[in-house]
Amino acid sequence: MSETSPKPRPLAGYNFGYLDEATKRMIRRALLKAVCIPGHQVPFGAREMPLPYGWGTGGIQVTSAVLGPSDVLKVIDQGADDTTNAVSIRRFFSRVAGVATTESTAEASIIQTRHRIPETPLREGQILVYQVPMPEPLFKLEPRVAESTKLHALADYGLMQVKLYEDIARQGEVGTSYNHPVMVNHRYLMSPSPIPAFDNPKMHMNAGLQLFGAGREKRIYAVPPYTDVRSLDFEDHPFKPVRAPHACAICGSEESYLDEVITDDAGGRMHVCSDTDYCASRPPLEDAP
Amino acid sequence: MIMLQAQGLQKSFTLHLQGGIAMAVLRNVDITLRAGECVALAGPSGAGKSTLMRCLYGNYGCDGGSIHLRHHGAMVDIAAADARQMREVRRDTLGYVSQFLRVIPRVPSLDIVAEPMRARGVPLEEARARAAALLTRLNMPPSLHGLPPATFSGGEQQRVNLARGFAAAHPVLLIDEPTASLDAANAAVVIALIEEAKAAGQAIIGIFHDLPVRERVADRLLHIEPVCEPA
Amino acid sequence: MSALLQAEGLDLRFGAVRALDGVAISIWPGEVVAIVGESGSGKSSLLRVLAGMQRADAGAVLYRDAAGATHSVLDASDAALRRLMRSDWGFVHQNARDALRMEVSAGGNVGERLMAAGDRHYGHIREVAAHWLERVEMDPARMDESPKNFSGGMQQRLQIARTLVTNPRLVFMDEPTGGLDVSVQARLLDLIRGLVADLGLAVLLVTHDIAAARLLAHRIVVMRHGQVVEEGLTDRVLDDPQHPYTQLLVSSVLAA
Repeated sequence: MSETSPKPRPLAGYNFGYLDEATKRMIRRALLKAVCIPGHQVPFGAREMPLPYGWGTGGIQVTSAVLGPSDVLKVIDQGADDTTNAVSIRRFFSRVAGVATTESTAEASIIQTRHRIPETPLREGQILVYQVPMPEPLFKLEPRVAESTKLHALADYGLMQVKLYEDIARQGEVGTSYNHPVMVNHRYLMSPSPIPAFDNPKMHMNAGLQLFGAGREKRIYAVPPYTDVRSLDFEDHPFKPVRAPHACAICGSEESYLDEVITDDAGGRMHVCSDTDYCASRPPLEDAP
Repeated sequence: MIMLQAQGLQKSFTLHLQGGIAMAVLRNVDITLRAGECVALAGPSGAGKSTLMRCLYGNYGCDGGSIHLRHHGAMVDIAAADARQMREVRRDTLGYVSQFLRVIPRVPSLDIVAEPMRARGVPLEEARARAAALLTRLNMPPSLHGLPPATFSGGEQQRVNLARGFAAAHPVLLIDEPTASLDAANAAVVIALIEEAKAAGQAIIGIFHDLPVRERVADRLLHIEPVCEPA
Repeated sequence: MSALLQAEGLDLRFGAVRALDGVAISIWPGEVVAIVGESGSGKSSLLRVLAGMQRADAGAVLYRDAAGATHSVLDASDAALRRLMRSDWGFVHQNARDALRMEVSAGGNVGERLMAAGDRHYGHIREVAAHWLERVEMDPARMDESPKNFSGGMQQRLQIARTLVTNPRLVFMDEPTGGLDVSVQARLLDLIRGLVADLGLAVLLVTHDIAAARLLAHRIVVMRHGQVVEEGLTDRVLDDPQHPYTQLLVSSVLAA
């Protein structure tokens, strides 16, 4: 089943991928540095983009910088290919770069994402671009940027552990079901962006290249293929990826991450895969809605 | 065996807040003290007996002279010792029973007495057991051992002080008015403690206003005369 | 045995003011040294220089670690100083709020240094934190409360627990009883005295409270106008002060 659309004709008057070549070169330099120092936040000169901050300006700039004419692009938002943001960004790149787009994880060479990692494992050569609202994992704990920079430099991460300690002391468990901090390559503390903790283990030793762009905060960071990524935890409170204890109402998956969908005004609800491509690739249940 | 030999001790006080007047208190004092003996300081009130005791203990600095003390087997001039050496000397060799207990808030009497032993490495239980035995011998009932001495009477505080001074069995012991606020029964215990200390080879320098006590324990008298001339 | 921390020839100027003028000081293992003097005498500047929080204009500060290696504090990198502050040293501030994380629970505050030192066992961290709360005479049942709920004296005791939990070798204390009620001060002083003696800590204590110095310190250093004017055994400096300024300082204290 191929979902890849044919290559469209790009709009005239735009440089390939929207950004000018000098800007892309600057971003690529930052990306190279980020790949060399896994998990380390590299500042870059984020540009104004034709969409508001918070809609993925950082991810778009990274995608623009790594995109080539033969790439096949997939964009997901909350795991879905058909949400507004995903549709707009996909259309944006097909217009300004004329690249082929797809909803299939397996067929994409570049996947830009917000809030999820696809269920289908990445393979070597694929690039996953994360949109990041706040790259600094210590942001809520240490308001001074100079100080948190120093904490990273000295790998002084007791503070982050204090946050997890407080979660357990107050709630009996770690309260970060999203954006659970990770240690990258045993060195840098990193925010995985607001993906569910369920997805954290997918970052570990991933065959694909993971790039992170934060437009408003002007930071880029990266996890190269096959890099050690550990979710922070305690020996006696090990990290647990949580998932709703249901099967997908459409495909019956008991492994995938589920969204809860309200179906009517009477409190009816069901659980379905958040990764629409994964769900569609599986044989549907016979009594599926 | 000579335990302490002081030669030519001088002490005067310069009162800078009173226009720098100098008051000479000690002039050319010599003392020789041997193991197992007790030397009593004698002389009129104000002659400088307590000042001499404080100089020997390092509480006051000497202006001149030397104080050689047998410490860890060698004669050390403690008049020239620095603060750290002096702490070590006080811990291991030189004990002092002052007239008044400097009360440490909230610390039980038992631990005040045990503290000098603890400082010398005696295990807690053993130090406490010895402290309790001494306090009991000085007629302090066990019910008081756990209380801080802040609220005790003068006589009770003095007995805590004495127990603390005798407990650590320093080779050289300075005792200032040990029986001043004690009744006859407790004074007798103090006499016995001093005699036992001497028999064990401890050398003692004391100030005793109670003459019968002095007769009992002192082997020799050392007369201290007031310095009459200006410094 | 040699000095834990040794400083020589320290000079520090703030404009025309000589905060430190040729200061030398040393502290040995297990020794409690009080630096006394009036406000502006340079005692707090000295503490900050010795703890590497302030660079001196001239002089040397040498710290000897547990392995016997000597570190120059004035030349140490930020990273090296933080390592020292995290492992070998502790700092007790006058104002507990400067040291505590007010939005983090009491247990989290005590546990932070353990976690910074690499402890990743939640149960163990809580056990040690509870033990330390007890040592500073706080109810371990309150370990999940915010320090905001605590009185000034309790906050200060919490700061002490947080500082001592990793067994530092050298603790700097800047007016640890300042700003507290007199009765609270007495209890805190006594607590510090007991802990210091039990743990055999070396402590550099800055205070203008002579009674506190007498209770805690083995040795006193008297500072005035950025210079050390007198130093020695605590009881000798206080009972037989030599320098006119020390005599003034001692005579100004109400007998207690």
